[in-house]
Amino acid sequence: MDLNYNSMADLLSVADQNGGRLSSLVLSQQAEQMELSEAEIYEKMRENYQVMASSIAPGCNPELKSTSGLTGGDAFKMQTFSTSGHSLTGPMISGALYRALAVSELNASMGRIVAAPTAGSCGIVPAAVLTLQEERKLSEKECVMSLFTASAIGMVIANNASLAGAQGGCQAECGSASAMAAAALVELCGGSPAMIDSAVAIALKNVLGLVCDPVAGLVEIPCIKRNASGVAGAFVAAELALAGIKSAIPADEVIWAMKKVGDVMPAALKETAEGGLAATPTGRKLFEKVFGEK
Amino acid sequence: MNVFDILGPIMIGPSSSHTAGAARIGLITRALLDAPAVTANIILYGSFAKTYKGHGTDKAIVAGILGMRADDERIRFSLDVAREQGLQISIETGDLDDVHPNTAFVSLTSRDGRQVSLLGSSIGGGNILITKINGMEVSLSGQQTTLIVLHRDAPGTIASVTELMAEKGVNICNFHLSRKTKGGQAVMTIEIDGHFGPELNTEIQKLPNIYSSTMLQPI
Repeated sequence: MDLNYNSMADLLSVADQNGGRLSSLVLSQQAEQMELSEAEIYEKMRENYQVMASSIAPGCNPELKSTSGLTGGDAFKMQTFSTSGHSLTGPMISGALYRALAVSELNASMGRIVAAPTAGSCGIVPAAVLTLQEERKLSEKECVMSLFTASAIGMVIANNASLAGAQGGCQAECGSASAMAAAALVELCGGSPAMIDSAVAIALKNVLGLVCDPVAGLVEIPCIKRNASGVAGAFVAAELALAGIKSAIPADEVIWAMKKVGDVMPAALKETAEGGLAATPTGRKLFEKVFGEK
Repeated sequence: MNVFDILGPIMIGPSSSHTAGAARIGLITRALLDAPAVTANIILYGSFAKTYKGHGTDKAIVAGILGMRADDERIRFSLDVAREQGLQISIETGDLDDVHPNTAFVSLTSRDGRQVSLLGSSIGGGNILITKINGMEVSLSGQQTTLIVLHRDAPGTIASVTELMAEKGVNICNFHLSRKTKGGQAVMTIEIDGHFGPELNTEIQKLPNIYSSTMLQPI
């Protein structure tokens, strides 16, 4: 099979020709590439999904605190609000928000997570898939399979731009995670390859230019809340795409634009903690609070 | 690149370079000592030195020294575990020119007084590069099965090791040699393809002029 990850166009045209779900094609190709059986590859991905699922409950612990002491406990607040009947956005979006916060806060407190694609953006893909599984009563198998689709999108982005905040800003990190999550959501809802392309394009377009400006250089402020907005953006992109709305700019060109934007982004806004929120008076004060006494 | 480079690794947060990579540096040092450590001296450089407290870099390196892998949930409590096990730790920060921003020096002593030291950098995504072992320059990533052979700088020593490996059908994908002085201690770091059992290492240890040989499985 000549499935490759050089471009979204290549990837999705093979999916179109074969008529199957993108995830099944990716699974077969990966088994071939890694010289393992499909069952072995699937099992490894299932392990990832199980770690994702098991990170929600400890992440929602009201006592959770990050190593720096700056963050923790927001996932609990969001979960409580989500299930209170007063949620503004309903169980799907509010459920995704608390799960994204949970995984991300667990990461900040030295908990066990799956980099997806990075530790800083680890809440977005699990929150999207686990929430849809819960709300639509999907099988574990469908959900694990959707992670192959998400990964394929991540590989195309990695091949043409970057997944690292230090290279491309937050658009490359939480933005890529959001695009990957949007693709998984579209597949889980039975959308076509063309819809996946639009969902990826829309998710990335909506965060184009987002800078990486972590307060005190830690994966906490604003990263944790950007995981919440990243999963909300994935639902926006998937919902628009499933409605048949096309992205005017195809995903490959959006990825190209993201690379170009990342290239001209100043170093102060690429994970160095010298610009953006990190350079605000409060950002600097928080830095002093964590590292000041040394 | 494959799907598990995108979704994965399973790791302890918050940072693949400052936490997961740091744990792997500790783990490699522990593997080289090949025994529990009783003292550990750690010097952190660059970004490790500046931000280790917020990222738990110190806890991660100590966890590795205690034999915990990068996805072990006890990393958070590794300093307590070290205290319970009687491991004495000193952590300092330092300045060093021309090293990667995320670099650590780790020196360990075993109960019987043996000592190993290592300089390693966390180069992104949990990947590491070890650049010095016992003061000698090396280059290893820990991603391949790796043999670290300390030996006497004497004619034929390298040939005897590589001949043995050839006989066993082992393919070398990276070889690096470094020595302190002519005729003194030298180190070969040999990265190999595929997986081989500990017998290979045991046989290398029996060859002439070999002080020690350590086989590291990918970590």
